[in-house]
Amino acid sequence: MNQSNNPKTLYEKVWEAHIVAESDDAPCVLYIDLHLIHEVTSPQAFSGLREKGLKVRRPERTIATMDHSTPTISLSFDSADDMAVAQLEQITKNCAEFGITLYDAESDGRGIVHVIGPEQGFTQPGKTIVCGDSHTSTHGAFGALAFGIGTSEVEHVLATQSLLQSKSKAYEVRFEGELPFGVTAKDMVLALIAKIGIGGGTGHVFEYTGDAVKALDMDGRMTLCNMSIEAGARAGMIAPDETTFEYLKGRPYAPQGADWDAAVERWKQLPSDEGAVYDKTVTIDVSKLEPMVTYGTNPEMGIQISERIPSLQNMDSAAQQSSLEKALSYMDLKPASTLKGHPVDVVFIGSCTNSRMSDLRAAASILKGRKVADGLRLLVVPGSESIRKRAEAEGIDKIVRDAGGEWRFAGCSMCLAMNGDELEPGQYAVSTSNRNFEGRQGKGGRTILASPLTAAASAITGKVTDPREMMQ
Amino acid sequence: MRSFTKLTSKIIPLPYTDVDTDQIIPARYLKVVNKDGLAEGLFDSWRKLEDGSPNLAFPLNQDEYQGAEILLAGDNFGCGSSREHAPWALTGWGIRAIISTSFADIFRNNSLKNGLLPIIVDEETHASLFDLTEEAPAATIDIDLASQTLFLPGGEKVSFEIDSFSKTCLLEGIDQLGYLLKHEAEIAAYEAARDF
Repeated sequence: MNQSNNPKTLYEKVWEAHIVAESDDAPCVLYIDLHLIHEVTSPQAFSGLREKGLKVRRPERTIATMDHSTPTISLSFDSADDMAVAQLEQITKNCAEFGITLYDAESDGRGIVHVIGPEQGFTQPGKTIVCGDSHTSTHGAFGALAFGIGTSEVEHVLATQSLLQSKSKAYEVRFEGELPFGVTAKDMVLALIAKIGIGGGTGHVFEYTGDAVKALDMDGRMTLCNMSIEAGARAGMIAPDETTFEYLKGRPYAPQGADWDAAVERWKQLPSDEGAVYDKTVTIDVSKLEPMVTYGTNPEMGIQISERIPSLQNMDSAAQQSSLEKALSYMDLKPASTLKGHPVDVVFIGSCTNSRMSDLRAAASILKGRKVADGLRLLVVPGSESIRKRAEAEGIDKIVRDAGGEWRFAGCSMCLAMNGDELEPGQYAVSTSNRNFEGRQGKGGRTILASPLTAAASAITGKVTDPREMMQ
Repeated sequence: MRSFTKLTSKIIPLPYTDVDTDQIIPARYLKVVNKDGLAEGLFDSWRKLEDGSPNLAFPLNQDEYQGAEILLAGDNFGCGSSREHAPWALTGWGIRAIISTSFADIFRNNSLKNGLLPIIVDEETHASLFDLTEEAPAATIDIDLASQTLFLPGGEKVSFEIDSFSKTCLLEGIDQLGYLLKHEAEIAAYEAARDF
């Protein structure tokens, strides 16, 4: 371990604490504290273990769930198609054979992998956390170093509890000022991606700093870190503080008693040192921010809701111009037009970005006592079964149903449309998920990314709507 | 892993920036429990028309590119989802090298573990390669990994960067897991030394 007294960033501290071996002619061997797996990106890794005659080195450090291809209309998975059933059976078999805890259909703790990790207290400050899923960056909200990996690497972690990794550069993303009324963490991260671009963070790990980040609750911080990958960053991290500790205390897998006190003392050493140097910094003043909406086919194509879609002439390069043209052609939107007021067919509230209690409460605050627009389909999908039950205890399911929306069981659902929840070709959706890529929510579907507030407001009017017009 | 030493091939142009892995292989193809058959879903929504018939305007469907093994892609290729199904679909189709001005981190890592070589070139070379595919679609280029060199028609040479570890793994077809497993003693020592 590096014992030098140079000021270090949060990222450097977590990185250095996990170095197993270093050499000049190979990437670092990095220890992985927590490995999360799901049904879609793990089967081939287990096949690899079997072919090589390997075991899972530390089965207790891997946690499995079913989320991507699971139906949300029932808990039984009866409605899943044959291939999804085969995949769900495979992860059940793999976990049983290799001794891994699985949150399956019958489990109260089941849910989206990036929702249940924190909820159960597996996710903790200072840990290295990986998953065969790019939104693993979510867990960085706790001051963990958390990043998505491919299936080969899932196999590596299963077999060795380690990964070969090269160190990234550190990128400070500073959010200053106070968030205006009706503007949320989702709008902050969409504004960041619009500013630095979908590849703006490539090769870097973000650390989110500043008053506006400190002021966020853990749900908001997770939303922020979740979409780090949408700017290409390897991970996104936030220094742990009292908000973090308060969230974790008493969670089933958080340290208890004397272990808790020792852990908090350790976690308090994690924030970046005074004078720590970042390779890059960007600063965003949130006090002027409005709700954000995307108009194109990647998350960088976002505008404040009062703004117009860019015109072709305003693009910096020919490549950007043709990229905009292609995106607007797919979206069937016109350059320089406004998105506010554009008709919407479907509203999806859910995904690892925005399916937690505060997201559901925000949506419910708008839906309460109102009806969704005629012909509009509203789908609300909690991030975990535990959240679903809490939300039902608060009456949020009733608010959604009374408004004319569908209240579902937990899963990834229409974020990636693997489970039968999908858009029809040509439909416009305002979605609280993370990706507006072509066909992401169903072949030919058109996605407008927004916050739960904006999504709920748009469900009521049937048009892209500024939620502040409906809030008191 | 299949080794990569030298390759001579035509170049398939894909002149779009920020091609995400959802385009390379849509989620509806991810329900498999093995790596077979993914090439069928490669660039599915771009390669096929609404009725499922081939989109003949898409380069991968054109006769002159059948059997070509090099893809020339726009900036930030492979962004988005971490699905390793993307390199599996590309290699399943027969692609063995991709040239661009940049790659998304996870896609790049996944490619290197599947004998798929991501090559980063500067904007000028990138533009000249796209020009080449327009002017002489039948032209081939040579890639030599050992010397980290692209040999273009007309004798021009362009060198490219790759870290020495990935290079060795590709040249010798080594699975990186074997390297990690050799660190068992160090991993055990690390675990033993941790005080929590």
